[in-house]
Amino acid sequence: MRIALFATCIVDAMYPEVAQATVRVLRRLGHEVIFPEGQSCCGQMHINSGKFAQAEPVIANHVRAFTDTEWDVAVAPSASCVASLGHQQPMVARRMGNDVLASEAADVADRTYELTQFLTDVQGVTDAAADLGSYFPHRVTYHPSCHGMRLLRLGDRQSSLVRSVEGIDFVELPLADSCCGFGGTFSVKNPEVSSAMLADKVRTIQATNADVCTGGDASCLLHIGGGISRFERTGSFDGAPDVTAVHVKETSSTDAQGHTTEKLTTVVGADDDHHLTPGEQGTSPVEPSRSQSGFRVGQAAVHLARILASTKEDPLRVPSEGAEVSGGSLR
Amino acid sequence: MTFLGMPLLPSKRRSDLPGGQGNLIEAEAFPEASHQHLSNQQLRNNIGHATSTIREKRAEVVSELDDWEALRDAGEATKNEVMENLPEYLAQFEEAFTAAGGIIHWARDADEANAIVTELVEDNAPVLESGRREVIKVKSMATQEIGLNEHLETQGIDAFETDLAELIVQLGEDKPSHILVPAIHRNRDEIREIFMDKMPDAGELTNEPAVLAEAARKHLRHKFLTTKVAISGANFGIAETGTLGVVESEGNGRMCLTLPETLITVMGIEKLLPKFADLEVFMQLLPRSSTGERMNPYTSFWTGRSEGDGPQNVHLVLLDNGRTRALADEHGRTALNCIRCSACMNVCPVYERTGGHAYGSTYPGPIGAILSPLLTGVEEQGNGSLPYASSLCGACYDVCPVKINIPEILVHLRNEDVKANHSPVSSQLDAALTGASWMMGDGKRMTAAEKGLPLAHKVTGGEQINSLPGIAGAWTSSRDIPALPEKSFRQQWAEEEADRREEEGEK
Ligand code: SF4
Repeated sequence: MRIALFATCIVDAMYPEVAQATVRVLRRLGHEVIFPEGQSCCGQMHINSGKFAQAEPVIANHVRAFTDTEWDVAVAPSASCVASLGHQQPMVARRMGNDVLASEAADVADRTYELTQFLTDVQGVTDAAADLGSYFPHRVTYHPSCHGMRLLRLGDRQSSLVRSVEGIDFVELPLADSCCGFGGTFSVKNPEVSSAMLADKVRTIQATNADVCTGGDASCLLHIGGGISRFERTGSFDGAPDVTAVHVKETSSTDAQGHTTEKLTTVVGADDDHHLTPGEQGTSPVEPSRSQSGFRVGQAAVHLARILASTKEDPLRVPSEGAEVSGGSLR
Repeated sequence: MTFLGMPLLPSKRRSDLPGGQGNLIEAEAFPEASHQHLSNQQLRNNIGHATSTIREKRAEVVSELDDWEALRDAGEATKNEVMENLPEYLAQFEEAFTAAGGIIHWARDADEANAIVTELVEDNAPVLESGRREVIKVKSMATQEIGLNEHLETQGIDAFETDLAELIVQLGEDKPSHILVPAIHRNRDEIREIFMDKMPDAGELTNEPAVLAEAARKHLRHKFLTTKVAISGANFGIAETGTLGVVESEGNGRMCLTLPETLITVMGIEKLLPKFADLEVFMQLLPRSSTGERMNPYTSFWTGRSEGDGPQNVHLVLLDNGRTRALADEHGRTALNCIRCSACMNVCPVYERTGGHAYGSTYPGPIGAILSPLLTGVEEQGNGSLPYASSLCGACYDVCPVKINIPEILVHLRNEDVKANHSPVSSQLDAALTGASWMMGDGKRMTAAEKGLPLAHKVTGGEQINSLPGIAGAWTSSRDIPALPEKSFRQQWAEEEADRREEEGEK
């Protein structure tokens, strides 16, 4: 297939390695990847800020960039941007009285897939180790971004692909479906509420003792990674309310291979009798892990495209191995 | 001619339609209003505990129904049908209600509604020894919205809330912070203190819920038996039969609806359902979404007046207070479909952290963030900030029993706010977005802009960024920013493509 990569603005400008990883995964499946050069952004930032008039040229640019070239499907490593193409672009174009643009945008959106949506629904990839050679021997937890979960209805597509990576020690993130508090300009317009949401998210991630938290949206990972980095560096989130104890309820189970896995279900953010009482069966307060100090943004929160692209020959390393998260070039 | 609360003149601009008044307007913008609540750990714990409990109960009882999605679709369709034909349904309702012996009053806004109720109370409640009149009340959002209690007080009328949570709020001289659990921000110790302080006869109390409930019951019993006038809200009004209904948990509503001689109901014009049979759907949607129960303990319906049984004077105040204005907004009007179940606030991560008072209105949480500005117009300064009080995570839309697309209406209202142009001096964020729109409106400009990355990379020393000035400082107040790459992806791509072509050329 001839696949048009939609890199998204944030990946293009801040996380080029995520786009590189996406290209590697797609090529591994034998596809030709092209990069429509006129592309910039889906327009979500402007749309969600209510600036429909400013969003219109951005939408028009996207449509132009992706109709100028021939391709079979477009793929983006971002659920949020793909959701914006389908849900928001036509709506805003119509609101601006531009019905032609609305239908063109809908056409492009119809043929654009989020990466794991493409891998699962179009390619039938269910086992990343077998089908993509993915290898990542680390403890990983996963945050499903809101737009992937609720707008694109990705379900367990992302998490099951990540789970199927060879060597991975997948640990469930407690309260995974609560928002990390990014919300685009929300994090700037309501910074305190956003920080409070982020603080809770980071505490649950730390309680899993995972090496990295993965997900399918660079923007949420930018937020989460930025929070982890700040917390690891300074021991707190400035401007956020005090950190309270994290109560974790652990249940152990043994899987088919005889490994004992710990499933964590956590209730966060309370230090009184409202949640789980310390001493209650199977409950123990867990101190946030500080062992992985010195994290930098982009190291503790890693896009799943990079994990899928990681192989034994060209592995992605994590900081606990003494190396910076790295790995992989285009070829 | 009766004003039906509808936009009679099609040419009428939305902004010319009367806006809602009363307890709908945020005095302060949301970011400031939420500030103090965010640092109140006790409040966050109380709310976090209560919402997570209800959230789990709701999820459980909803998962029991195989046809939940079909029920939501049906609920949505019925409410849409009502909104599309509201004048006809209101007229039908008025006729049926009147035929059954009830009397209807139309109120354009909060002031009119308050004046109508005051007059009715003066006509029907005696002046007591204290020189004042008394009425009992069952919890009602509509009367909260219009500030009825406060108004009555100035008119020499004491209104006694009979719902336990509402009583706690009233005695605590406080405001409700949740539409279903108005005292959600209070814990037992605080409630005990309020009761000991305000119920002199109660004696020594413990903080046991049963003890507190019993104290409230004793406090209210005498009122139920002696008060001549009661004021209620209504969950539903049935156009076909002129029936009104109240759904509740404690039985206090049932007492208010049956014991007094005069019953005055205040209901928003949007609360109608076409047929009695429609309740089949709504009585499944409402209790499960709201309290997480299969069915609520007390459901009361009444159709007008029955000789010798129950209240003999039955009045209904039909309230507009900005609803017509909201209805005239084609992109926002589905907010009127709301059945006030409160499910959206129980799942909202923003509400969970700020509590209801930060929204400054009778309607907090996600529905409040759209309903208040729709009723008043985003021109009300504080209400213009409400549509931004959301990360657009979409949890509210997922749980809403009548499928109100709250995130989409939030975005629509942000656009309304942008168009209303609150701050003529554009903020840094606005300026940044304007710049970004210009740049992103053309891939070539984006390419050119990203050529600056090596410089930015150098300026930051290839290190992550821990603090920035200006609006970006709001971001770095609690988060770091990663080291900028030396080259954007598109630059890397272009270079690798050029290499590839060269290699191919050599072959
Ligand atoms: S908007 Fe929906 S979820 Fe929220 S209170 Fe209204 S009916 Fe319930």
